[in-house]
Amino acid sequence: MFNVNSIRKDFPILSRKVNGKPLVYFDNAATSQTPQQVIDVIVDYYSNYNANIHRGVHTLSQEATDKYEAARQKIQKHFNAKHAHEIIFTSGTTHGINLVANGFASLLKKEDEIIVSALEHHSNIVPWQMLCERTGATLKVIPMNQEGELVMPEFDTLLSKNTKLVFVNHVSNALGTVNPIEYIIEKAHQVGAAVLIDGAQSCPHLKPDVQALDVDFYVASAHKMCGPTGEGMLYGKEKWLKKLPPYQGGGEMIAEVTFKKTTYADLPHKFEAGTPNICGGIAFGAAIDYMNSIGFEAIATYENELLAYATKKLLQIEGLKIYGTSKHKTSVVSFNLEGIHPYDVGTILDKMGIAVRTGHHCAQPIMDYFKIPGTVRASFAFYNTKEEIDSLIEGVKKAKMMLS
Amino acid sequence: MTIEEIQNELIDEFSMFEDWEERYQYMIDLGKDLPLIDEQYKTDNNIIKGCQSKVWVHAEMKNDKIEFTADSDAIITKGIIAILIRVFSNQSPKDIINAEMDFIDKIGLKEHLSPTRANGLVSMIKQLKMYAIAYQTQLK
Ligand SMILES: Cc1ncc(COP(=O)(O)O)c(C=O)c1O
Repeated sequence: MFNVNSIRKDFPILSRKVNGKPLVYFDNAATSQTPQQVIDVIVDYYSNYNANIHRGVHTLSQEATDKYEAARQKIQKHFNAKHAHEIIFTSGTTHGINLVANGFASLLKKEDEIIVSALEHHSNIVPWQMLCERTGATLKVIPMNQEGELVMPEFDTLLSKNTKLVFVNHVSNALGTVNPIEYIIEKAHQVGAAVLIDGAQSCPHLKPDVQALDVDFYVASAHKMCGPTGEGMLYGKEKWLKKLPPYQGGGEMIAEVTFKKTTYADLPHKFEAGTPNICGGIAFGAAIDYMNSIGFEAIATYENELLAYATKKLLQIEGLKIYGTSKHKTSVVSFNLEGIHPYDVGTILDKMGIAVRTGHHCAQPIMDYFKIPGTVRASFAFYNTKEEIDSLIEGVKKAKMMLS
Repeated sequence: MTIEEIQNELIDEFSMFEDWEERYQYMIDLGKDLPLIDEQYKTDNNIIKGCQSKVWVHAEMKNDKIEFTADSDAIITKGIIAILIRVFSNQSPKDIINAEMDFIDKIGLKEHLSPTRANGLVSMIKQLKMYAIAYQTQLK
């Protein structure tokens, strides 16, 4: 049974105060909070079996290696990958995207095309721009509409035999739109293109099945899923990971080294140069266990309730406009008060202990589309409550009163 | 008045308030008295980088003193720049360069110095002092 009050007890940070008020944490899309179960795993690692992995014969190294590889298997199972070696540990979504973009540099020709969406995190457009500069390939963009949804008929017309790669986020971080990735993957495959899905914003809310999706690459960050920062995963189909060249050179990723030639290690180690974030990987596994113990169906049902409640309550405030009005959304509300700068609203809310994000949310093209400087973004997690949303509503009303 | 006298005056004014709401309300009110920048100077060149909201500042030298005008698209930011301009406007470049800024803490605006504010206040102070340095070099 889903019980938010007992869930909240798992998160020590939720009982702290900010500016003298109980913390209301609504910046979950930037990073999620960490439950005691995951904190314990981190403490246990450094207290009991901290050691380098895959190289020592000693007991600690064995234990750390076993736990690290067990975490890989948890991630494999969670995403339903066919093989554990299709899961590459990364430092996060950004790392995974760069790894794939870099790998494609050797596969692309001048006439090739890459398609990205207008809803991307703008820092994630940069690797593709760099890739196009290096290879002469062309970058095409799937446009969005007023609802904050991608325009699929336009996507259809962008696809051609020159399309080699399609990059789309599963869920938009600025607006919360859930994109029709099943359709995108199917259509892209029809012209022989590979698809990389950015799951940074989807994985906290739903459980992707990479085999059912038939997706070629899928990336995520642990810190948005109740895990630690600086840790993430890249799923890649075995055939693709074999085809791509390694991203970084170093220890762990080699089988044999002479000064003439190095042979690379097998998957997944080929892409895991250097000592990884061992504790981070193990804690990522624990975070996935934790979220599954609550259950993604229960999480989605509850978060949808929060989203509906917040949307209804916010829209009762005169002059408030919500950006991103798709029917398919995760629990994110991006909004502005008419004539008031989002930065002002965020500052007043902070004084009331309410953490929201303000600004362009690393999605400048979306803000340009709506012709606004940014929005106030409240993003809810399964440990938030309706009472906290009531505090937000009070805060927004107060901000409106003070600022207009 | 000297920079220090104006700062003390501000500390006095802000010390009357009991809570953040009154302080912020006053800051917002101070923003309404800001000597507004002439529209012709509201160019990208005059935008202070590193603020989440836009801040435009223009400086002019009159009788060896610098006169600042400014504007912002956010109300709280406008209040903050208004406070800085009240402190710095009609002062000599030398005094502006040498001014201590610990009054910010004393009027309860320390949080605006934090790097998560995309360095809003820090960038503003830096930019105003840069103008002073530029005019100081001209004077020599
Ligand atoms: C859609 C999306 N992609 C990528 C990222 C970057 O994730 P990370 O900073 O963990 O690499 C984020 C984080 O804000 C995001 O929202």
